[in-house]
Amino acid sequence: MTNPTSPAAPGQSRGERNFARVQAGMKKRRAAETRFRLYGMIAVGLGLSFLLVLMFSIVSKGYSAFLQTYVRLDVPLLEEVIDPEQTRQLDTLRSADYGALVKQNLRDMFPEVTGRRDKFALYNLVSNGAGFDIRDRVLANPDLIGTTLSIWVAADDDVDMLLKGHIERTGPEADRRIKDNQLAWIDKLNAEGRLEKRFNVAFFSNGDSRDPELSGIRGALMGTIFTLIVTLSLSFPLGVAAAVYLEEFAPKNRWTDLIEVNINNLAAVPSIVFGLLGLAVFINFFELPRSAPLVGGLVLTLMTLPTIIIAGRAALKSVPPSIREAALGIGASPMQAMLYHVLPLALPGMLTGTIIGMAQALGETAPLLMIGMVAFIADVPQGIFDPSTALPVQIYLWADSPERAYVERTSAAIMILLAFLALMNTVAVLLRKRFEQRW
Amino acid sequence: MKKAAFALAVLSTAAVGSAFAQSSRDYISIVGSSTVYPFATVVAEQFGKATKFKTPKIESTGSGGGIKLFCAGVGVQHPDITNASRAIKKSEIESCAANGVKEIVEVKIGYDGLSVAHAKTGTPMNVSRKELFLALAKDVPNPDGSDTLVANPYQTWKDVNASLPAVKIEVLGPPPTSGTRDAFVELAMEHGCKEFDFIKAMKKADKKAFKAVCHTVREDGAFVEAGENDNLIVQKLEANPSAFGIFGFSFLDQNRDKVEGVAIEGVKPEFETISDGSYPVSRPLFFYVKKAHVGVIPGIKEYLAEFTSTKSMGQEGYLAERGLIPLPGDEYKGVADAVKNLAPMK
Repeated sequence: MTNPTSPAAPGQSRGERNFARVQAGMKKRRAAETRFRLYGMIAVGLGLSFLLVLMFSIVSKGYSAFLQTYVRLDVPLLEEVIDPEQTRQLDTLRSADYGALVKQNLRDMFPEVTGRRDKFALYNLVSNGAGFDIRDRVLANPDLIGTTLSIWVAADDDVDMLLKGHIERTGPEADRRIKDNQLAWIDKLNAEGRLEKRFNVAFFSNGDSRDPELSGIRGALMGTIFTLIVTLSLSFPLGVAAAVYLEEFAPKNRWTDLIEVNINNLAAVPSIVFGLLGLAVFINFFELPRSAPLVGGLVLTLMTLPTIIIAGRAALKSVPPSIREAALGIGASPMQAMLYHVLPLALPGMLTGTIIGMAQALGETAPLLMIGMVAFIADVPQGIFDPSTALPVQIYLWADSPERAYVERTSAAIMILLAFLALMNTVAVLLRKRFEQRW
Repeated sequence: MKKAAFALAVLSTAAVGSAFAQSSRDYISIVGSSTVYPFATVVAEQFGKATKFKTPKIESTGSGGGIKLFCAGVGVQHPDITNASRAIKKSEIESCAANGVKEIVEVKIGYDGLSVAHAKTGTPMNVSRKELFLALAKDVPNPDGSDTLVANPYQTWKDVNASLPAVKIEVLGPPPTSGTRDAFVELAMEHGCKEFDFIKAMKKADKKAFKAVCHTVREDGAFVEAGENDNLIVQKLEANPSAFGIFGFSFLDQNRDKVEGVAIEGVKPEFETISDGSYPVSRPLFFYVKKAHVGVIPGIKEYLAEFTSTKSMGQEGYLAERGLIPLPGDEYKGVADAVKNLAPMK
């Protein structure tokens, strides 16, 4: 191939002339080859750059949600407010007006603030949840009553956004969420070291909330986990059993052909259809509770079953027939050959298919919409019957909320979802590596 | 492996079986309007934190969808309360009654203003409802003044009224499934439409034709359906200063540094102007309670008390902070009393 191209001279043999002709076209062919590779590289490069832009925009918007501005308050826990009759009964302690203590404390810090409107603006610097934080401390240790409690409570979402630079300090006052007097108070608190950005524990320990600073991902995460547990525990055994029967034992006739075609079709049915089916069958007919992970799991089972069956059958097909025949040859029954020889070898492939199906289920919102899992649910679900949402639903709900602070929380929730997905895929890869057999 | 899988299957079947026995619910189930959703969720959260009851579950299904679920029957599997951004219709009350939902308590919670807004960088405008109708309807009265309808010929606001700027008409709004769209069409367009005498005359003669004229939004690209996500509309307005967007007042209120409301008939959408009724495009918000569930599902009475208390629904309550326009004093009193007695609708 490295021969230099020589011009065709008279007196050359036929072979030499042909060789010269091929040599003349060589350059063009090489160029085409290079171009072809270049197209491929451009495609990969474009794909990668889109992914990078996406990841960058999510991470750059979302990372700040993992930090939250906290305010340090030194709240005197006045007995006359919390428990005027000194009964120390749980109900009294629970229903006391701790918010009033916080307000009193803020007034004491800024005694110059008078007038209803200004006081309101002052109270708005601290989260509505502050009183409940104090309540929890008092309930845990009633001896605190009468002392002064130094506690870090979440700042209001507007203060948080201001300190993170997401809302402007300048511009006409009427258009700003934070007014001039509030700016002055915030600066004073900051100078006293009472404001601090800390790791946002609430984001991981709380359920949904309408106050961005109190909202967390835990409710949605638990909902997703419960839903996936139901899905996995139903779809894996069912999918494997169906795949084994169809691949190994079922007679080849018109019925099994029909079933096979339908399974392939079902894998391509839009997920919202499964949601409608779930609404009609599980909720309206069987009267299972709306919004429960149980129903979500059942619906997603229907959705992932075809994927698992198809992957399972492919895995069974890839087991060499010699293994099956050898087992049968030394006298194993078909079931024994299946259970002890073929299935263990096919299992890694089946697991991969299952985890791909699970990952699909993880990202679904459309079917959950129909069965009421797209809802405001503040309590963290404790089991598969409690009302709950799921991670993608939470992202959707936050993206639709008017408060500015939900923008970063939306991105942060996407990061959690992606991390969860990456974790599941890693497990799949590890399982496959561990059990995979090569021939 | 197979054994483990088998055990799991048995376990999960057992779990499903036990669910059939579900007969009680210890949390309130609420469905309904996406406009009331941001307010109801705040109340629900306060209620969940401050009382020993569980936090109610709230689904945003739209007003119509919510009433449909609500009216499906009495029993734990049906919702207890539905939120609505319009009053319940007579036909809906009848279908409710047909399913055994006979006593419904209506609670009016306040008002919501519909705002037409543009980016801060855009040009401020003052339009009338008639001009909005002319700019956005599919068919409009013939510009030559005769009593006939022609396909909407207007391309810029200046074409509609010479005093408006020569900016291309481009309005982003919610899709027909949205209650916000219904309200906009009814409150702004229909009102503007009725200012033409021959169309007003149609209302008596042929109600359907009247509705078709007044309620149909143009489909030639001047009105863009931007989906239910109002944040998206705000973002698009920022990118395109000559465009206008239609959304609820609470979104305008939260994004005042980015968008500005258009004055309608000389009145800007402000807290005060909506509250005193001088801003023309506003609507009441409601929720409806199934009386048969009060006392069966724990906490409904207490939830109603929380919602209608002065600290939430009052003039300075936390709902006002979120952009709900509170009821005027005497109207509020009437609602609070009605809730105490749980007086059902007739």
